[in-house]
Amino acid sequence: METLLDRPAKKPEETKQLIGSEALLECLIEEGVDTIFGYPGGAIMPIYDSLYSYADKLNHYLARHEQGAIHAAQGYARASGKTGVCFATSGPGATNLITGLADAQIDSTPLVCITGQVPSHLLGSDAFQETDVIGISMPVTKWNFQVTKPEEIAEAISKAFYIAREGRPGPVLIDVTKNVQQAMVDFIYQKCERIRSYLPYPTLNDDDIQKAARIINEAKKPFLIFGQGVTLSKAEQALKAFIEKGNIPAASTLLGLSALSTQHPLYVGYTGMHGNYGPNIKTNECDVFIAVGMRFDDRVTGDLSTYAKNAKVIHIELDPAEIDKNVKTEVAINGDAKEALEALTPLIHARSHDAWIAEFKACDEIEQEKVIEGSINPGSELMTMAEVIDRLSKATKGKAMILTDVGQHQMMASRYYQFDQERSHITSGGLGTMGFCLPAAIGAKIGAPDRQVIGIIGDGGFQMTIQELGLIMQYNIGVKILILNNEFLGMVRQWQQLFFDGRYSFTEMENPDFMQLASAYNIHAQQVSKREDLPQAFDKWLNKEGASLLEVVVEKEENVFPMVPSGSCVSKIKLE
Amino acid sequence: METKEYTISVLTEDKPGLLNQLTIIFNRRKININSLNVSRTEINGVSRYTLVVEGSKSDLEKVVNQIRKVIDVLGAFLYEPNEIYFQEIALYKLSLASFKENASIESILRDYGANIMAIEDDQIILEKTGTQENTHALYQALEPYGILEFVRSGRVALSKSRRKTESFIQELETSKSNNLSIKEF
Repeated sequence: METLLDRPAKKPEETKQLIGSEALLECLIEEGVDTIFGYPGGAIMPIYDSLYSYADKLNHYLARHEQGAIHAAQGYARASGKTGVCFATSGPGATNLITGLADAQIDSTPLVCITGQVPSHLLGSDAFQETDVIGISMPVTKWNFQVTKPEEIAEAISKAFYIAREGRPGPVLIDVTKNVQQAMVDFIYQKCERIRSYLPYPTLNDDDIQKAARIINEAKKPFLIFGQGVTLSKAEQALKAFIEKGNIPAASTLLGLSALSTQHPLYVGYTGMHGNYGPNIKTNECDVFIAVGMRFDDRVTGDLSTYAKNAKVIHIELDPAEIDKNVKTEVAINGDAKEALEALTPLIHARSHDAWIAEFKACDEIEQEKVIEGSINPGSELMTMAEVIDRLSKATKGKAMILTDVGQHQMMASRYYQFDQERSHITSGGLGTMGFCLPAAIGAKIGAPDRQVIGIIGDGGFQMTIQELGLIMQYNIGVKILILNNEFLGMVRQWQQLFFDGRYSFTEMENPDFMQLASAYNIHAQQVSKREDLPQAFDKWLNKEGASLLEVVVEKEENVFPMVPSGSCVSKIKLE
Repeated sequence: METKEYTISVLTEDKPGLLNQLTIIFNRRKININSLNVSRTEINGVSRYTLVVEGSKSDLEKVVNQIRKVIDVLGAFLYEPNEIYFQEIALYKLSLASFKENASIESILRDYGANIMAIEDDQIILEKTGTQENTHALYQALEPYGILEFVRSGRVALSKSRRKTESFIQELETSKSNNLSIKEF
């Protein structure tokens, strides 16, 4: 069998003899890792045994389920901008990582996951807790590798971090057989600097930049949509400079939220299925459409055959496979968002598009009147989700780091929280993983300890990874949890109401007493159902030292509007 | 959308697991692989996968882009038939008795440019290289005489480009960036 070693043999004087499991931890330290989320088990025990003596350098957080560990690592990575690290054992430990890997893959999150594996001589024999995690994780990782020889450890780990981090980020899984963890190895670490089969960064093509600038300069109705690529390439300032010079209205995708302040005069809202009215309508009216670091997900585009058809599309994107995948471009700028925007800004003319921008404002007024007003100031007895998020946004002045789960509360948070600080919105976008929020918020708080980190979760998603309350308890993580409880799987119920004749098939939920649950985990908790009690509850909840949980009992059958029904044209967005 | 036959040629690091990495990309899009050949190349440590698939050009361009994203893939190229030299090989097993009884088989072999590869005990193995149409035509010609077993290889193909694989690899080794231009080959 081939090994992955393609480097010259190291000089003996530079090496030191280590046991494989220690060598692996030394590699992590070399990569600047100080935080690990994980769960031990038989095949990874030697690594955990070594970890016991590395407690001064590596903080390990014991999750209550491997899915919790990997979502925490994702939250950590997205909050801190570093690579998240996660440990799990072989077999069920490894398979429990799969949802998190798929989530990190589709949302471009840098992760290195280390799984234990049965000893090499038992591979393929259906040994106890053996599973072909390399085969299973292949479609949901950026790269994976099984280490079966101790001398492969250092290079595998250095490649893992390079691949996870560089270019469009993603998850990497390294499977380490138990015998390798226990064997002695001559250890020396060299950081990976290039891989000939993976060149992560293109050079900007000057012709493309010039052509794009010409098109932008001729535009009468330019419109820009930005995605997570802006956050990933730290292009927030470059984006601002670009739109300000060109006077170009800009909208965000779900994962782009918070890369540009919602208070910015050129910010025209959030786009997609439950996005704002203006950006969806204007997508089909603009004459130049500039897409930055986004991938035209179907939740953004609706029906592709009617999407942005009056516009010349300029797509700034790092991953060449995303270019022309869903939307045909006039100019494709294959490159890093920051670099591309910085190259374009000097070439575009300072312009005024005030009349065009006013059209967005007119749409905002329609949406305000038809949707927003009634949602945030409802006459209902119980509060609405929209109302609670609106008040939360005001109470935190848009400065909190918001994590959401998946469903109605997620859409309400992306619509009504007024983000005013970069890197403040983390959600499971591409995969739509219920259960993501609680562990991810824990990881985010660990990755950004100075931020106010708030996890907004529905009653359904909360119960999917509820066991991670144990993680909060054991490590005293000061994360704030907001449960919006409507005793329904709200988004599915909404679809049942709109598209399945109101047949509420298995979406109503009988929930446990969340106060007692929180109390069992020694977490401060309050429940609010009256509007007048909310401000005081917020105050107590947000100012409480350490973790705190707030459950708000909301309207059972609130719907999220506007809505672009699945697969329909974005400008046919429904307001009610 | 118009679909036709395309050849995809993929240069990879010679590492285990690559075949699986490639086939799942086709599987996700429900594209059937008509033929597949894997072999080592003239360069140590580099393998070549040659796949024949049917589809629309725009779909297959997306597939090739996704293949290029696989970390251990060095390069992936989509070809129409006129852009490559390609060949397949087929083997035909007949009973020796049938061969002896039918003198016309010998003239069929001559007409179709086929060779006798082996004669053993009571059976004879015929071999023919050519396109799929060529080997199929011979199959039909031999069919009346009783074919015991038949097998056809995957397509092997080389691009008509004047470039050397070696210089392509060298460019990867020295290139600072992932320019789209080096993907043309």
